[in-house]
Amino acid sequence: MLLSPALAISAVLFTLGVAGVLLRRNAIVIFMCVELMLNAVNLTFVALAQPLGIGGQVFVFFVMAVAAAEAAVGLAIILAVYRHKQSVGLQNMNLLRD
Amino acid sequence: MTLTVFWIFGVIAMGSALLCITRRNPVVCALWLVVTLFALAAMYVMLDAQFIAALQVLVYAGAIMVLFLFVIMLLNLGRPGPTDIKGPVGLLLAAVLAGTLLFQLRVLGGAQALPPSAIQLPPGSLAAIQARQGIVGAVAGPLFDTYLVPFEIASVLLLAAIVGAVVLAKRKL
Repeated sequence: MLLSPALAISAVLFTLGVAGVLLRRNAIVIFMCVELMLNAVNLTFVALAQPLGIGGQVFVFFVMAVAAAEAAVGLAIILAVYRHKQSVGLQNMNLLRD
Repeated sequence: MTLTVFWIFGVIAMGSALLCITRRNPVVCALWLVVTLFALAAMYVMLDAQFIAALQVLVYAGAIMVLFLFVIMLLNLGRPGPTDIKGPVGLLLAAVLAGTLLFQLRVLGGAQALPPSAIQLPPGSLAAIQARQGIVGAVAGPLFDTYLVPFEIASVLLLAAIVGAVVLAKRKL
């Protein structure tokens, strides 16, 4: 039975994604950490599809579709920000602070 | 034996994820993330989701990560520069918050939180469905039947994402 190890690995991967978001200042790397979190959730869906039916695997499709859309739009936003600021560091994006 | 192989791939996934969030160079981060995605695909195969594993390699490791690497290289971020990893205070905060989250997830996902055996399918029933309908058919059947409306909404979402990405990334429309 692989359910328990899959859930454990998924929890660790999700935590690493959260830690990466908290730790980094590069917008693209933070984006990759978000993808890591989505993949951790996908692993949970696939692991639970085994005892609970195929619906979990179908849902992974939707997660992948949303992740692809999010990556395309997000990277376009990062490109637009880079054109204004010549940087992707989040420490430079403080327009609301001043 | 299966459990050992599963844990080997799990350790590969976790280790390369850790390297992904700690390496300084974004290109190196992206390549370690690709290793994580491949290890996850191997785990999907062991969880009776061979079609999802193929999609994982094609869509995630293929398309999405190429998009990331393309943007990193387009913006010329691969050259060595000052680190973007936060200092000791940020590191401590991230470690404390992530540790709390991991503890909570382990409590929530512990043994008592597993699905009750009354609603669980008998072991091997997923493999039986796949043997009857084919590996792709087992997923495609519910996708075009029970989940038809979400499927169509997903196509509209992808269309909106295409238009949005073009509008955002173009200098002048």
